[in-house]
Amino acid sequence: MNLFRLLGVFFRVNLMGELAYRVNFLWQVFQSLLSLVMSLAGLEVIFSYTNALGGWLPDEILVLVGVYFLVGGMIGVVIQPGMAELVESVRGGTLDFTLTKPEDAQLLVSIQRMEVWQFTDIVLGMGVLATALIRLGERVGGWEAAGFILMLVAGGLIIYSFFLILATLSFWFVRVENILVVFQSMYEAGRWPVSLYPGWLRYGLTFVVPVAFATTVPAEALTGRLGWGTMLGAVAIAAVLLTLSRLFWRAGLRHYSGASA
Amino acid sequence: MRALVELYVQQFKTTLASMFQYRASLLIWMLGQVLEPLVYLIVWQIVSDNSGGSVGSYTTREFAAYFIVLMVVNQVTYTWIMYEFESRVTDGTLSFDLLKPVHPIHGDIADNVSSKLITLPLMLVAAAGLAVAFRVSFSPPLWAVAVFIPAVVLALLVRFLLEWTLAQAAFWTTRVGAVNQTYFVLMLFLSGQIAPLALLPSPVRLAASLLPFRWTIGFPVELLIGRLTPVEALIGLGAQVVWLAIGFVLFRLVWRAGVRIYSAVGA
Repeated sequence: MNLFRLLGVFFRVNLMGELAYRVNFLWQVFQSLLSLVMSLAGLEVIFSYTNALGGWLPDEILVLVGVYFLVGGMIGVVIQPGMAELVESVRGGTLDFTLTKPEDAQLLVSIQRMEVWQFTDIVLGMGVLATALIRLGERVGGWEAAGFILMLVAGGLIIYSFFLILATLSFWFVRVENILVVFQSMYEAGRWPVSLYPGWLRYGLTFVVPVAFATTVPAEALTGRLGWGTMLGAVAIAAVLLTLSRLFWRAGLRHYSGASA
Repeated sequence: MRALVELYVQQFKTTLASMFQYRASLLIWMLGQVLEPLVYLIVWQIVSDNSGGSVGSYTTREFAAYFIVLMVVNQVTYTWIMYEFESRVTDGTLSFDLLKPVHPIHGDIADNVSSKLITLPLMLVAAAGLAVAFRVSFSPPLWAVAVFIPAVVLALLVRFLLEWTLAQAAFWTTRVGAVNQTYFVLMLFLSGQIAPLALLPSPVRLAASLLPFRWTIGFPVELLIGRLTPVEALIGLGAQVVWLAIGFVLFRLVWRAGVRIYSAVGA
C-alpha cells in the first residue's frame, strides 16, 4: 500500500539523517531508561504502602506504565515532530513545497518528520508490557489482546486527529508553536488510570485533551476492564475525530495563502 | 548600582510584555505546573484512604495540604535557565551578553523575579481553589509561618544558583538534555515532589538532606504545614545558608572556567 511505502521511505530518510549522530542514540537510551527507572521507583514507593490503587494491582499498573511509554514513544517519533514541522512550515511558507508534490499533502506532513531515536521509548514500553503480561499470566487472553490492539489503534488515531486539529489552527492564527505543548503537559497524568481522578479532571482528560484514550483505555482493554460499549465508543470517537480533522485540514488549506506567493 | 536598577526595571518591562504576548502558552504551562502535584495528591489520598486514613505519619488531609503548598513553593522556586542556556551557547547569543557591563546572571534574576510576580497570583488562586475543593485545613504555629518566608526565599536562591551553575554544562557538552534529565529525576525524588520525604526509605532521605534537594522544596513545605520543630527549622535554615554559600562558590568557579573555554559561533 502507498501509505506503507511512503512510511518506509520517510523512515529511511530520517534514519539516514540521524545515523550521522550515532552517539545521540546512546544518550536517548540513557534518558529513556532514566525516566523508566523513575516511574518504577515511584510505583515501588507507592506500592510499599498499599497493595492496590483504585482496584488496580501493581502488575496492572505496570501494564499502564508500558502503554504510557509505548504511546508516548509513538507520539514522540512521528506525531509531535510532524505537527511541529507543519506549524513551522505554515509560518515560514515552506508548506508550498509539500503542496506541489503528487501525494496527499496531509499524509506527507504527517509522516515527513520523524525523531527516529525516540523509538527507544516504544521498545522500552513493549518490554515493560511483556514483563507485566508474563507476571499477570493467564488472566490475559486472546480477546483482551485483540481489544488492546483495537484500542491502541483507536487511541493513536484520536491523538493524531487532536494534534492535527491543533496544528491546523496555525492556518488562521500564525503563532501557535506552543499550543502543541498542551498535550505534553497533560500526558503526565496518563501515568495513572484516569478513573482515580475526580469527575471534572477525568472528563477533561477524556474529552478535552484525550489523554485517557492514549493510555488508560488500552490498559483497561488489556486487563479486561473494558466493556463492548466503551470500545465501540472509542472507535466511533476515533472515526468522528479523524473525519473532523480532515475537514479542518481542508478548510485550513483553502485559507492558506503561502508566504512567497 | 543605578545601572543595575535600570536593568532590572527594563527587564521587568520586557518580561511582562513577552508574557502578555504568549498568554495562552503561559496558561498551558501553569496548567502543567498544577497538574503534576495534583496527580500525586490524588494518588496518595487514595493510598491513605485504603490504609485506614493515614500513610506513615501523614493523614489524608495532610497529603492535600502537603501537595498544595508544594505546588506554590515549586512555582516560587522554579527556574527555566537549564532549557535556555544551551541555545545561548550554541547559537552564540551569549557573546552579546558578555559585552554588557553587568554579569549576565542579573538579566536572568530580573527575568525570573518578574515572571514570578505575574504567575504567582494565578498560582495562589489555583492553590486556594484546590484547597477548598480538597477541604484542606492545616494550622501551623505562628513562628512557622514567619520562618516560612525566609525559607522560601532561601530555597529560591539556592535552586536558582545551583541550576544556573548546572546550566553552564552547556559550555563543555552538547548533551545538555541528558544532564538536565538526570537532574530532574533526582530532583523529583529527593526534593519531595513524588512523596513526602518522610515516606521514602531512609537512605534516600539521608541523601536528600545531605544534598541540596530537600532544602529547595521539601523543607519549606514541611515547615508551613507544621511538621517541623523549631530546632529542625533552624537546622533547615542553616543547611540552606550553607548550600547558598556552596552554590555561590561553585557558580563563580564554573563561570570563570566556562567563559574561558567558550568560543562563540561565528567568532
